Amino acid sequence: MSILVYLEHTEGAVKKSSLEAVSYAHALSSKVGGEVVAVALGNISFEELVKAGSAGAAKVYHVADEKLSVGIIQAHANAVGQVFQKVGANTLVLAKSSLGDAVAARLAVQLKAGLVSNVVELPETEGGYTVKRSIYTGKAFAETSITSDNKILAVKKNAINLKTDGGEATVEKFEANLEDKDFAAKITSTDQATGEVLLPEADIVVSGGRGMKGPENWDMIEDLAKELGAATGCSKPVSDIGWRPHHEHVGQTGVKVAPSLYVAVGISGAIQHLAGVNGSKYIVVINKDPEAPFFKAADYGIVGDAFEVVPKLTEAIKANK
Amino acid sequence: MKILVCITHVPDTTSKIQFTDNNTKFDKTGVQFIIGPYDDYALARAVELRDQTGGELTVLNVGEAETEPTLRKALAIGADKAIRVNAFPKDAYFVALQIAHYAKEGAYDLILMGRESIDFNGGMVHGMVGELLGMPSISPVMKLDIEGQSAKMAREIEGGKEYIEVDLPFIAGCQEPIAEWKIPNMRGIMSARTKPLDVVETISDETFSQVNAFQLPPAKGAVQLIDKDNVEELVRLLKNEAKIL
Repeated sequence: MSILVYLEHTEGAVKKSSLEAVSYAHALSSKVGGEVVAVALGNISFEELVKAGSAGAAKVYHVADEKLSVGIIQAHANAVGQVFQKVGANTLVLAKSSLGDAVAARLAVQLKAGLVSNVVELPETEGGYTVKRSIYTGKAFAETSITSDNKILAVKKNAINLKTDGGEATVEKFEANLEDKDFAAKITSTDQATGEVLLPEADIVVSGGRGMKGPENWDMIEDLAKELGAATGCSKPVSDIGWRPHHEHVGQTGVKVAPSLYVAVGISGAIQHLAGVNGSKYIVVINKDPEAPFFKAADYGIVGDAFEVVPKLTEAIKANK
Repeated sequence: MKILVCITHVPDTTSKIQFTDNNTKFDKTGVQFIIGPYDDYALARAVELRDQTGGELTVLNVGEAETEPTLRKALAIGADKAIRVNAFPKDAYFVALQIAHYAKEGAYDLILMGRESIDFNGGMVHGMVGELLGMPSISPVMKLDIEGQSAKMAREIEGGKEYIEVDLPFIAGCQEPIAEWKIPNMRGIMSARTKPLDVVETISDETFSQVNAFQLPPAKGAVQLIDKDNVEELVRLLKNEAKIL
C-alpha cells in the first residue's frame, strides 16, 4: 500500500512544510512499508517537483491543470482523491496549513478515512494505529487511534527533521476528472506578500507587541528579522489596532508557529499569545518589565528597553556572521 | 435567509489544562466553559447578516446536557433557536455526520462555524460537512458579505488573503476579524430563556478515530537572564547552546 503526500507550493516553489510531510511519509514507509508517492496540482516546474525525491518520494504525480494553481478547496480535494485511488494508497500525509486542513477534511469523508491533525510524531503501529497529536493549542497532547482502513495525517511543523538525501523522483502527469461544480467557489483575486519568509513556515520568527509603541517603530523588528532570516509576527493587540496586518497575528486565535527560535519584543506574554508559540524550540524574550509573564515561558531573557536592546542585538548578530 | 451556526462548548482560553482518571478525561474542576472563540465570531457575523437580510438564525451544538448554558448564551447573543444533538462529540466525523443531517433537514442557505475548536484544534468539521452535503466549504474566512444569492468573502492564506465569490448555499469556517464579538445585553438574556432549545438524538454512531489518553508537555526550565548591556552573550548562547545561529 502506498503513502500519498499532498504537496503545496507558493511562488513557484514546493513549500518546506510539504517537504517535511514527504520526509514524514518516508519515515512512516520505513516502518510500515509501501512506496511514497507525492501529488502536486497546478503550475509548478519539473525541477521543483523532483525535489520531493530528496525528501524521500519515489514518484510525483503532477496534475498540471492551470485552474488548480490556486487553492480551490473542493477541486483540490477531488483531484487528490483521484490520485489516491489511482495509486492504491491507504494513507495520505500532508502539512497542516490553511489549505491543507480544508482539503484533508473533505478527503476524510470521500475516502472514509480517519483524519488526525497536528500530528507530532510517527504513529505507533503495534497492535493498532495510534498517533500523538497536539491539542488545546499546544498545551497538551492526545494519543488518538485511527480505526478506519484509510488514514489521513496532517503533520505539524517540526514533527520530523527534513530529509535531504533521498533519490530522484520520477514525475508523471495525471489528468484529474473535474467538473464545473468543483470550481463553484471562485477565487477572484489574491493579496499576498511576496518575497517574504512566510510566518507559519519560518524557522525563526521575530514578533513585536504593544511595547513597540507604534507601527513607525517596526523597522527595528524588520531589521532584526532580516539579519536572522526570520519572518515577522505580532501580538493580538497590535493587529487589532491595525499596526500590523492580521496574517501576522501570532496566538490562540491567530497563526500558531513552531519555529526553532521565537524572539518576542515588547510582548507581555498573555496566555492567549503563549498558546500560539508554545511549539517553538527556543524562546527569547526582550521586555523592560521584569515581571512580564513571558519570561516564565522563555529560554533566554533580556530585561531592558527594546529601543536600546534590539538595535544592539541586530548589530551583534551582524558582527557574528 | 436561513442560517445555521454550529458552536463548540470549550474551556475558556485562560484555563489550566489538566486531566483525571489516569489521563483519560479532561479535568473540569474550576474550568469555565465558553462558546468557542472562533464560533463566537461566526455567530456575531450571523447575527449581523440575519438582522440585515431577515430570516432565521439557528445555533447547533453536539454535546451532552452540560452544554445547554452555552447554547442559551448564543440565544442571548441573538440566535432565534437552538438545537442540541444529545451526544458526547466522539470525533470530528461523528460531529460532522450529525450536523450534516440536521443541516439538510433544515435546508439552510448558509452554515457557519469557527475555523477550529480550541480544544482539539482539528479544523475539519466544516470541510467534512461540506463534503457530506456536496456543498463548497471555505475556511478560514475573515470577511463575509452576502448579496442576494451569492457571497463575497476573504479567506486567510499564509502571508495574505484571497478573495472568493460563491453562490449559496455553502459552509464557512470563520475567524477574526469577520465581526466583533457580541456581548449579550439584559434584553437578550431575558428573551433567551423562552427561545426554543430542541434536544434531538444522533442519527449515526460512526467514528473513524478515538482518543485513548492525554499527556501534558514536559515542564519548561527556568529562563536564563542576560544583561542588557551584554547582548553578545545572547548571540553566543544562540550559537553554541541552542545551535541556531
